[in-house]
Amino acid sequence: MNAPLPGPLQDNPRLDRWLAFAAPGQVTVLTGRVELGQGVLTAMAQIAADALDVSLARITVRSGDTAVTPNEGYTAGSQSIQSGAMALRQACAEVRALFMAAAAKKLGCNASALTIRDGAVLRDGVPTAENYWTLSPSVNLAVEANGAAMATTDFTAVGTSTARLDLPDKIFGAPAFIHDMRLDGMRHARVVRQPSLHAAIETIDEASLKRAAKAPVEIVRNGNFLAIVGDDETAVERAAIAALTAVRWNNVEQPAASQQEAGWLLQRPMIDIRYGAPEAPAAPGTTRFDATYSRGYLAHASISPSCGLAVYKDGHLTVWTHCQGVFPLRGALARTLKLAPENMTVVHVQGSGCYGHNGADDAAADAAIIAMHVPGAPVRVRWRREEEFVYEPKTSAMVVKVHAHLDADGTPSDWTAEIWSGTHNGRPGSGANLLGAYALPEHPPDPPPGDVPESNGGGATRNAEPLYDIPQKRILQHLVTETPVRVSSLRGLGAMPNVFALECAIDELAERAGRDPVDYRLSITSDRRARAVIEKAAAMANWRPDAPSGSGIGRGLAFARYKNKAAYAAVVVELEVGDEIRLRHVWCATDAGLVVNPDGAINQLEGGIIQSASWVLKEQVRFDGGVASFDWQTYPVLKFSEVPEIDIELINTRDPVPLGVGEATAGPTAAAIGNAVSHALGIRIRDLPLTRERLLAALLRD
Amino acid sequence: MMQAFEFEVNGKRVSVTPSIDDTPLLDVLRNTLGLMGTRFGCGLEQCGCCMVLIDGQPEKSCAKPMWSVAGKSVTTIEGLGTSEAPHPLQQAFLDEQAGQCGYCLSGIIVSAKALLDKNPAPTRAEIAAALDANICRCGSHNRILRAVGKAAAMMRNGAGR
Repeated sequence: MNAPLPGPLQDNPRLDRWLAFAAPGQVTVLTGRVELGQGVLTAMAQIAADALDVSLARITVRSGDTAVTPNEGYTAGSQSIQSGAMALRQACAEVRALFMAAAAKKLGCNASALTIRDGAVLRDGVPTAENYWTLSPSVNLAVEANGAAMATTDFTAVGTSTARLDLPDKIFGAPAFIHDMRLDGMRHARVVRQPSLHAAIETIDEASLKRAAKAPVEIVRNGNFLAIVGDDETAVERAAIAALTAVRWNNVEQPAASQQEAGWLLQRPMIDIRYGAPEAPAAPGTTRFDATYSRGYLAHASISPSCGLAVYKDGHLTVWTHCQGVFPLRGALARTLKLAPENMTVVHVQGSGCYGHNGADDAAADAAIIAMHVPGAPVRVRWRREEEFVYEPKTSAMVVKVHAHLDADGTPSDWTAEIWSGTHNGRPGSGANLLGAYALPEHPPDPPPGDVPESNGGGATRNAEPLYDIPQKRILQHLVTETPVRVSSLRGLGAMPNVFALECAIDELAERAGRDPVDYRLSITSDRRARAVIEKAAAMANWRPDAPSGSGIGRGLAFARYKNKAAYAAVVVELEVGDEIRLRHVWCATDAGLVVNPDGAINQLEGGIIQSASWVLKEQVRFDGGVASFDWQTYPVLKFSEVPEIDIELINTRDPVPLGVGEATAGPTAAAIGNAVSHALGIRIRDLPLTRERLLAALLRD
Repeated sequence: MMQAFEFEVNGKRVSVTPSIDDTPLLDVLRNTLGLMGTRFGCGLEQCGCCMVLIDGQPEKSCAKPMWSVAGKSVTTIEGLGTSEAPHPLQQAFLDEQAGQCGYCLSGIIVSAKALLDKNPAPTRAEIAAALDANICRCGSHNRILRAVGKAAAMMRNGAGR
């Protein structure tokens, strides 16, 4: 019986959507996943090399192009290897089998006598004249995958650390990014943004805009969508800055300082969703534990502001974007511009790291809207730094309350995570959540409010359910339907605040029970792989159960299995607390199952640790009659001199199944820092970020 | 009629006549000279993506008026090395796979070059302090610190001379 096909292959069953043998000696791999700086295209090449038996050097990867690649939705959720690469591997195995059959027919032998080495066909181990490229004309790849072929588990490229294919261009300063694209006749543009979603243009002082530009610029307007277009980027930028005062708006609504903290969400209109066990009264003999944790709004704060290019020519719109999903963006643009999707091509070009839904889709929409007004001319929109900070979708502030019933020995028998949050799914795909679209006279209707359901990994609820052996577990989600700023997906969605709450609570329970936190965790963990990473991280850090608390130097451990179905990670943090928190060392053990590119996986885990440390120690989007975090001074992130030493070990890497790794460390790092601060000070701080002000307030309160 | 400015870029003399008198150096590098390696990050002299050397000193180019470099010598990432003949820093960044998205790397490598020019044997803390002029958002910091240390060692051993 044939195995079920991986999801993306079910969605895109035609084999020619995945592979082509166009040029002699070369293989083109097509993937719907896109390079976001995570090294995914290198991993895809490694997968294909082994599954086809060709050397890595023969492979070229094309990705994220609605005209040629499979539709794999969004590159998100640590799904690229776990799902996308497994689809590609199966497609390669089926293609390989078709070629073997063609070779057997041509050579008049049984396929079982044949093998492939670097693309060449061997018969009983002896070279023949046939290879993928000689056979290609006789093999029809316009057929559907059927699950008949089995991919090899004899790995050469897979499991070997491999240099990233995309890094050389970035190290030698080649035009590697969408920002570097230059098209013939290209015009530069900036959008004069609506200050808020329903703001309307009152007046435009066109003369002062043009004066400020110092070189010719034009104004494009459609409803409240206003853009400046010109041939000289410097002039266009100058006009855009002048527009901040030269354009006056009505009906402006700005977020207030009082809406900044997560606690504001508690009293808002909300939709209640419940997962897990029915609510139960505390059993006799149990005690209750209740604690409230929170985190503020965060920005993606990509290092480059978003950029998009578009040209509308001969009735066809082509858009270049660094967004995470070219097919969903095409759908949203089609609804916005009232174009048929078949008259549009959306192509991914690399941008800077996005870590989720930043301004990329919006910048692409800006370029597309302007391109429709200047047919024939390619239009390049690049956001300003302040524009990216103010207008990118934030990740929602969250409040997480933990309610637990504890047995006499201090272990939990009943666990409730109660969560208040805006949505983590504000992506354009399901409606047309594109900033520019809201400014047009007619805007496609918004989809009904919702969040990523638990069956799909959860949004605000992601990782709220403990993996520990607790008989009764439930999640009560309060989805706040209106937030002061637009909110959407950031790396890990709700996992960071949820794991922070859960794993800080577990440490608090261990302390109440007078137990070592590592020992306490192991006593309620039967999952073998979870135990292994906890034990490994503790061993790496030389964890000592008797390390004294309150000395100003602290250690903390935390664990999670991302989404409870991707990679397992345990993190130990050592830090010291003076005026502020200084991270000294981080140890991390991860079980991601089969690892395609070990160095690439470690790079992602390290990045997750550092980014999470930055979120926890420094980051919160501030409001003050507007978004008051608008540059790197008002939204500081972790600096080189503040980064700890990091040791990472991958375990169980030869498990047959890969588990997504990109978002695995963010939650455990946050909680390990929280636990280490508590260990260092003897005081628990439950609200993020752990700024100097919060430390001082906690010390004074104590 | 706007004035022409002469300066040196990566060892070559160029003459540029910007259409706007205070056009930033970064715009001239990217839009007039087609040197895309120096990246735009903020335009506010905060992130270091646009770092270049001006007469050997590390400077952010995004808000520096073109006229201020007249007669000076500018070095960009393209002037350090090529894939055929990489600068030791570039070789070390490749060896250490020191980057994720890589958008910040041009500016970081240029900052590191300025550091190694005056301090051939920096400590980890000295490298980190020098690179505090640059922001990396992906979290590649430790690899970058390792790569700069490794490049320093390579150069002390005679590489890149």
